[in-house]
Amino acid sequence: MSEIRTREELSVGIDIGSTTAKVVVLEGSRVIYEKYERHFSQVREKTKEILSEVRELVGDRSLTAAISGSAGLGMAEAAGIPFVQEVYATGEIIKSLEPDTSVVIELGGEDAKVIFFKGGTDERMNGTCAGGTGAFIDQMAVLLDLTVEEMDKLSLESHRLYPIASRCGVFAKTDIQPLLNQGAEKADVAASVYQAVVNQTITGLAQGRKIEGKVLFLGGPLYFCKGLRKRFAETLKLPEGMAVFPEYGRFAVAMGAAMYSRKTGTEFTYDGLLTALDKKPEQEALSSNRLEPLFKDEKEYMEFTERHKRAAVEALNIDDYSGRAWLGIDCGSTTTKLVLISEDNKILYTYYSSNHGNPVDVVREQLIEIRGRCGDRIEICGSAVTGYGESLIQNAFKVDTGLVETIAHYTAAKYFQPDVDFILDIGGQDIKCFKIKNGAIDSIMLNEACSSGCGSFIETFAKSMGYSVADFAALGLHGKAPVNLGTRCTVFMNSSVKQSQKEGATVEDISAGLSVSIVKNAIYKVIRASSARELGEHIVVQGGTFLNDAVLRAFEKEIGGEVIRPSIAGLMGAYGAALYSKKFEESTLAGERELREFVHKSKTAICKGCTNNCHLIINTFADGRKFISGNQCEKGLGLESSHREIPNLHEYKRNYISDLKGKPGKRGKIGLPLALGIFELAPMWHALFTELGFEVVISDMSTRKTYEKGQFSIPSDTACYPAKIMHGHMEELIEKGVDAIFYPRITYNVDEKAGDNHFNCPIVAYYSELLKGNMDNLSKVEFLYPYLNINSRKGLERTLYPCLSEYDFSITRAEVKAAVKKGFEAYDKFRRDVMEKGEEAIKYARENGKRIMILAGRPYHIDPEIGHGIDKLAVQLGFVVVSEDSVCQLARPKKTRVLNQWTYHARLYRAARFAAENDDVELVQLVSFGCGIDAITTDEVREILESRGKFYTQIKIDEITNLGAVRIRLRSLIGAIEEKGGMAG
Amino acid sequence: MKEQIYIPFTKEMKKDYTILIPTMLPMHFKMIISVLKTYGYKAELLETQGTAVVEAGLKYVHNDTCYPAILVIGQFINALKSGDYDPHKTALVLFQTGGGCRASNYIPLLRKALERAGFGYVPVISFSLAGLEKHPGFKLTLPKLHAMMYALLYGDLLMTLVNQVRPYERERGTAQKLADVWVNRLGSQLGRGNMISYRKIKHNYLEILKSFAEIPVDKREAVKVGVVGEIFVKYSPLGNNNLEQFLVDEGAEVVVPGLLDFMLYCVYNNVMNYKVGGTGYMTHVFSNIAFKFLCRKKSDMIEIMEKHGVFEPLTHFEETIKQHEGYIGIGTKMGEGWLLTAEMLELAHSGVKNIVCTQPFGCLPNHICGKGMMKPIKEHNPDVNIVAIDYDSGATKVNQENRLKLMLANARDNMERASAMEKTS
Repeated sequence: MSEIRTREELSVGIDIGSTTAKVVVLEGSRVIYEKYERHFSQVREKTKEILSEVRELVGDRSLTAAISGSAGLGMAEAAGIPFVQEVYATGEIIKSLEPDTSVVIELGGEDAKVIFFKGGTDERMNGTCAGGTGAFIDQMAVLLDLTVEEMDKLSLESHRLYPIASRCGVFAKTDIQPLLNQGAEKADVAASVYQAVVNQTITGLAQGRKIEGKVLFLGGPLYFCKGLRKRFAETLKLPEGMAVFPEYGRFAVAMGAAMYSRKTGTEFTYDGLLTALDKKPEQEALSSNRLEPLFKDEKEYMEFTERHKRAAVEALNIDDYSGRAWLGIDCGSTTTKLVLISEDNKILYTYYSSNHGNPVDVVREQLIEIRGRCGDRIEICGSAVTGYGESLIQNAFKVDTGLVETIAHYTAAKYFQPDVDFILDIGGQDIKCFKIKNGAIDSIMLNEACSSGCGSFIETFAKSMGYSVADFAALGLHGKAPVNLGTRCTVFMNSSVKQSQKEGATVEDISAGLSVSIVKNAIYKVIRASSARELGEHIVVQGGTFLNDAVLRAFEKEIGGEVIRPSIAGLMGAYGAALYSKKFEESTLAGERELREFVHKSKTAICKGCTNNCHLIINTFADGRKFISGNQCEKGLGLESSHREIPNLHEYKRNYISDLKGKPGKRGKIGLPLALGIFELAPMWHALFTELGFEVVISDMSTRKTYEKGQFSIPSDTACYPAKIMHGHMEELIEKGVDAIFYPRITYNVDEKAGDNHFNCPIVAYYSELLKGNMDNLSKVEFLYPYLNINSRKGLERTLYPCLSEYDFSITRAEVKAAVKKGFEAYDKFRRDVMEKGEEAIKYARENGKRIMILAGRPYHIDPEIGHGIDKLAVQLGFVVVSEDSVCQLARPKKTRVLNQWTYHARLYRAARFAAENDDVELVQLVSFGCGIDAITTDEVREILESRGKFYTQIKIDEITNLGAVRIRLRSLIGAIEEKGGMAG
Repeated sequence: MKEQIYIPFTKEMKKDYTILIPTMLPMHFKMIISVLKTYGYKAELLETQGTAVVEAGLKYVHNDTCYPAILVIGQFINALKSGDYDPHKTALVLFQTGGGCRASNYIPLLRKALERAGFGYVPVISFSLAGLEKHPGFKLTLPKLHAMMYALLYGDLLMTLVNQVRPYERERGTAQKLADVWVNRLGSQLGRGNMISYRKIKHNYLEILKSFAEIPVDKREAVKVGVVGEIFVKYSPLGNNNLEQFLVDEGAEVVVPGLLDFMLYCVYNNVMNYKVGGTGYMTHVFSNIAFKFLCRKKSDMIEIMEKHGVFEPLTHFEETIKQHEGYIGIGTKMGEGWLLTAEMLELAHSGVKNIVCTQPFGCLPNHICGKGMMKPIKEHNPDVNIVAIDYDSGATKVNQENRLKLMLANARDNMERASAMEKTS
């Protein structure tokens, strides 16, 4: 050591994340300054602002500096300041500060990172699909109408957790909104949001590595949210003291950057650093990827506003009116709308507001207001409610009738444009489009859960940039060069925006760009149109999002034509409901006193009716009436199911497979994981192995728990849910103590001679490779996954025998031969039974005047957790439900436009043809999120159906558990069929 | 439903139609075009880039379809609309391998898209060894295939050499310039006629090697980064946001396995199909002959590289095959299948410890062969540093580059540590 103590080295670490800026100044190893602030995308300004506080501290000493963080890259490049990748920076600082750490979990605004230290350092970041984390929590707080702090506090008071999809904000919203609308406690929802983040982090990043030992939690969200910490510690079952939330958690990256800067050898003075930061990126990047402005000049803008002023409804002053009136309520996903109309359809009263996560209270207040204003002068003769909260509101306030949203919107649109042939409605969370032919809804398209970059996105975005929605939209009108943001989902848009900010885009250009991408998303992703001609001649656009002129203009520009936007674009559902309720003469709607005395309590329970264990929400009203929601079937309602005898092929197949029981045999237990291809071949393998003297153990039908059991070993978080749930089935079989598990690799599926080829999809064919490589627990059993040829007895015998004789030397070729024979017999019987049952079901439907629904997908979509009980819902709605593989034999195989090379899909095309050829048959296609192959099949199935004027309905399913959206979709279908007038029902 | 009737490419068309071919690897494909020209075709390589291409793709192709399909189809439609070609005198070529992956549907998807865009009359030629469709004006004869095979071999050699020289060249761009000169020269040689002398080809290999060895370089230590993945996004700068350029700018030496390996993989699958699936004995026999032949050709080139001794030679395909053992089955053959896993391991074992595994977002086979194999690969080779990058119209460069930077930071660290260890020992 030197005698003369020089002052210790001075270093500045700057960490610019997606939402916050963090600055740390180190002197030696001591932190002498730290600051954490949101930057509202003003990255450069915020950094300089923070640094200005450091001036005195630093003086004229020389210092080293480095920038880190995803939003800091551009700034660092332009300024010529060293950049260090943030995960790397974290790893370095933790290694020096807390060398005994085994795992670091860091959540940022949009990134999640995990670093494993023990047994080979491994640094991981979430993939591009994993969605936000901090941003996700922010979004959810907005949805709950809470600040992040309030949400955190509430979450600590929770009593129970709801399953919420955490893949991205959009999915989660689909889960949360109905929960709120049905009256779930905010505290429970808040805690569930945190749990979703935890699950996402674990499945997305741990990927099979166990999170144990000393775990350090870093980053803003984990620093601020106590509830989130709690969920992490509990889920990971970390013992006391092993879950560490250090004080410097928010600053780890900035500290790492400061440390790193000492290795770079570049020194700055304070002034030098600031001057460097002033350098902006080259202007070149600006010009790329921009769009035309929304308006060429002021004149064009004036014409536009004039034209749209014309589509208005006359309003009357409610205080001057007396006579009869009708009320429409639209209880939507994020907003509640009410409209009161007069005898001649003029508007007396309107209300439009966010429902603040509690629609019941909002509606009650408004009804009191309306009743008060009406007094004795105005008599409300009828009322109708539509939207997500339809049944709850109808029950709570004795509204005369409920109607499905699509019908409400069509009723309203017709009022403005009697010849309307196309309606596009973009709401807070939904995009709905319908084509109208001959006065009836001809086809309906709704956005799938994944592509809903809708209104609420603009709202959240405007807020995050510090603007109100209206101001933000107004800015967009005058953007000179709108940013091209792509048409992917919300999360991707977020990062597109980030990138454009890096390139220096203005708020105006971003706002305009967002409007354009929302429009493109609707036209190309939801409607799947490639030109304006395909939409229609008389287009009405509506929904709250179209009140945004920028969106309206972007839409007209994109289709190259003019459309009608009613002045009450945001109220069309409610207006339509009001028009619809005019068929009533006398209303049952709750009176003023009743409303004042109205008390509403909600509590939660778990239905014990069956193994689904639905989470019920029981709403109790003051007069003792009850309204129960969350149930997948009617048992939860305390009613005996009256649908027991209605054929449901999904149910039939489930029972068929569940009845395959093993019997003890000389060769021990062999397990079949009931997922993916096993759903098709279980009868074959069951008979075959039973014949060979194995006790066959088939894992149970999935529940959410099954998924959770296996979620730790999933390496690819964008794979489909039916694949990911496989991991849970494997774990279950291992727990059940089987000696071996069998999931063969089968490239070619059964050849039913109905297509160009007969492949399995890559996931069904080869998932066992992935299981073998990623599930450590598999070493506890023998895993048998031979390549098999299942297209002939000989082929199967030849390919199966080597594997089996290696497993058990005593198994002879002759035995395998006999077993294969049994296996094929059982499989053929299964297929025959299913097809016979399908034909019986159709006969039953025709004899009893019922509609038939082909609930089509893959064999594994019958799983109650994957299919979410949609089959039961369809039965409840009055359909006889058959599966694609029970009716495909009824249509001749025909050449398809696409390459028809997968067995399961060939069945799908034939089933679609059967539906196309029969008036009383509808087809609803179940599509798992992430199924690449269905990007091809859906268009083809739609074409087959629409060629004969049939509706095409697609339901995208993932981990989502709430059936609200599905119910609306199926009811829309029914409504549309009824309007078409084709069916008795 | 109307029946799908494809528009055949007739002998008449051959006279005055322009055939458009999408780029994947510019050098390889330019030489292939030279070969086609020999046979009287007016062929042209589409090298368009930019948002217009993506936009056209998103407009006419289901947005959840894989990114390469969106790009390639977008490129075609964009070209047909550009006015640079007479759509009534234009035909399109799309390469096709077949198999259980959804990529086998590119041709039907392209035809659907063309129809929607009003170009339903444009003939689409599926360039496939399986030969599913008949196009009287476009037949793949043995001499044609023979010449194209050399285009691939040359292309792989040039690509490898450019990659090996580029990070160290004294003057930026020298290696690529030299390669371009070779592409022109070799292309016109291949395009000169039917007689290809193998001796001349082997002589060319040596001349190429010599010319690259003469490029002035400064030796320094550079991080080696291997690029593997789905065939299109692995190679095409359009598909991977100029990944190679990014890595080069970061000072890395890029290692990309050759295109011939993918061809060999396809042929080998036909050989093995008989063994793992139990079908196709005749295919097995013929494929085996083709496989042996192609392996021999590759080996000849490797031997010349070894003898020349300056550059890191390519790996014999037989060696690549062996890599799969203990990780993934040889019958796992959809998409890039076992080859992807094998290539990662081959890279790791040949000293390229840093790997970028590229795939289109939601690529089905790569869930298994790419991401699904990373855990076992890392377990057995703890020093391997792999990052998986998804490509998609909505994925942003910032996001991708941030992940690549993480991989590079660790790569540099590992390199420093290794050289420090060397010094102390």
